[in-house]
Amino acid sequence: MPKFEFPTSILSRPVYGVLEARAGHQHLMIADAEGAEAILDIATPDLMAKTHIIYIPKGTDFADELRALNPAQFYQGPSYAASVSRIQRVLQDAAMGLQLYLAGTEGLMGQVQSEAMKAGIPHTAIQTEHRGSIARRMQCVHCKGITEDVATDPFQCSHCNLNLFVRDHYSRRLAAYQAVCIDAEDPGNVPVKKGLYE
Amino acid sequence: MSGAEKIAVRVTEVTPLNDLVTRFRFERLDGALLPTFSGGAHTVVEMKDGDVTRLNPYSLMSDPFDQTAYTISVRRDDEGRGGSLFLHNSVSVGDEMIISNPVNLFSLDLRAKKHLMIAGGIGITPSLAQIKQLDRAHGNWELHYACRSVALGSYVDYLTSTHPNDVNVYYDDQNQAIDLENLFSGQPLGTHVYVCGPKGMINWVRGKAAELGWPREAIHYEEFLAPQPGKPFEVKLAVSNKVIQVGEQESLLEAMERSGVDAPYLCRGGACGMCETRVIDYTGNFIHRDHWLDDEEHSSGEKIMPCVSRFEGKTLVLDR
Repeated sequence: MPKFEFPTSILSRPVYGVLEARAGHQHLMIADAEGAEAILDIATPDLMAKTHIIYIPKGTDFADELRALNPAQFYQGPSYAASVSRIQRVLQDAAMGLQLYLAGTEGLMGQVQSEAMKAGIPHTAIQTEHRGSIARRMQCVHCKGITEDVATDPFQCSHCNLNLFVRDHYSRRLAAYQAVCIDAEDPGNVPVKKGLYE
Repeated sequence: MSGAEKIAVRVTEVTPLNDLVTRFRFERLDGALLPTFSGGAHTVVEMKDGDVTRLNPYSLMSDPFDQTAYTISVRRDDEGRGGSLFLHNSVSVGDEMIISNPVNLFSLDLRAKKHLMIAGGIGITPSLAQIKQLDRAHGNWELHYACRSVALGSYVDYLTSTHPNDVNVYYDDQNQAIDLENLFSGQPLGTHVYVCGPKGMINWVRGKAAELGWPREAIHYEEFLAPQPGKPFEVKLAVSNKVIQVGEQESLLEAMERSGVDAPYLCRGGACGMCETRVIDYTGNFIHRDHWLDDEEHSSGEKIMPCVSRFEGKTLVLDR
């Protein structure tokens, strides 16, 4: 799958890189969907012998390929919500020198980054690589509800039903972009929905 | 006026600790309280030694919340340009001095889950203030302190008696050394390292941490560079429209100040970046000694840190 180039934007908007194997005694790789391909790209037997992979397929079928890499530990979770307690536990038990690699959707990478920051890893020390869906995890600034996998702009808040404008203003703590009501001044005057980046 | 705000103080105690280190206590002349500070902060002490005025940074080692006095501990450097010798030989109880408000370039990262301090020799001084701050906050810390010998182990007795389980001391003359690899292995996620000591120790700790995959952001270090003497050179200051001579025993920053140019500074030790100055033109070679500019900037010939760096050559024109 070709990689999507996000347009450059404000400083707040996260920027993703390309994963590379780094020095460390313990490696934790967490990916969803097509993020598996970023792991496959850097996997070597030596690296995999020290790697714990946590993978959320989201309907894709990369799990067998990842398992075939023979990592030290492999876990496949049905959803992020189902996997987060394991992620927290792995971080809690980890020692300095742990290398964290995140790949896949912005929502997955952002949420794990937020957990890792709470566990004491500086966000700048976490490697990320975007793969797959360009949909975003959005927070409604009015009701504070989170809407996952938003792929259109504007969109409707899944909690309070306001019409929201997709912005690049991002919160690392919440792992969500901030969405603001688009028709507050003139209720009902909502621009036509378009796909993100279209 | 450049630098942090100034405070007029009186020296109220001078306490020799061992052959090399003496502690000085400062209290405000006006009797008011001093500002609180944070562990790792330093003060810049003004020393009027005949015609020469030196401004040297010293780490504050007293309790950051004690506003009645500041204390510093100074190691006598017989090879240096004389700042420490002046304090040791010419300053006594009752003297009036000028010091600066505290400036912290070596603060604790309070997001850390654990603070791991590594000190070498007189590098123990910022740790002393950091430990007082962490004790108040019930912080999780441990100290690994390397010194030459029992006789030169400043504050070892104080540290080991107050914190027997958190302080580890290593004596060079007994062939004791910090086992860094072992110390670093198994430290919990969120551990931050603070290293203060000689350059070799700082490089050793930073190198080992990088090798073991520790994030750069988790390694904090402080090394004040004293300006080194060198060949005299001439500088044209374009903004001030002055041509000044930098003497053998003074820094470029000191020469600018002597000529009445109010150049910005903070640490005076090549660390903080405040005195960064743009080079307009030059023919010759820079002797960069700071650890603020990176290698690329050092070789670009576009910037110089006048607090510690020098120049050898025909022409140097600065944007100052």
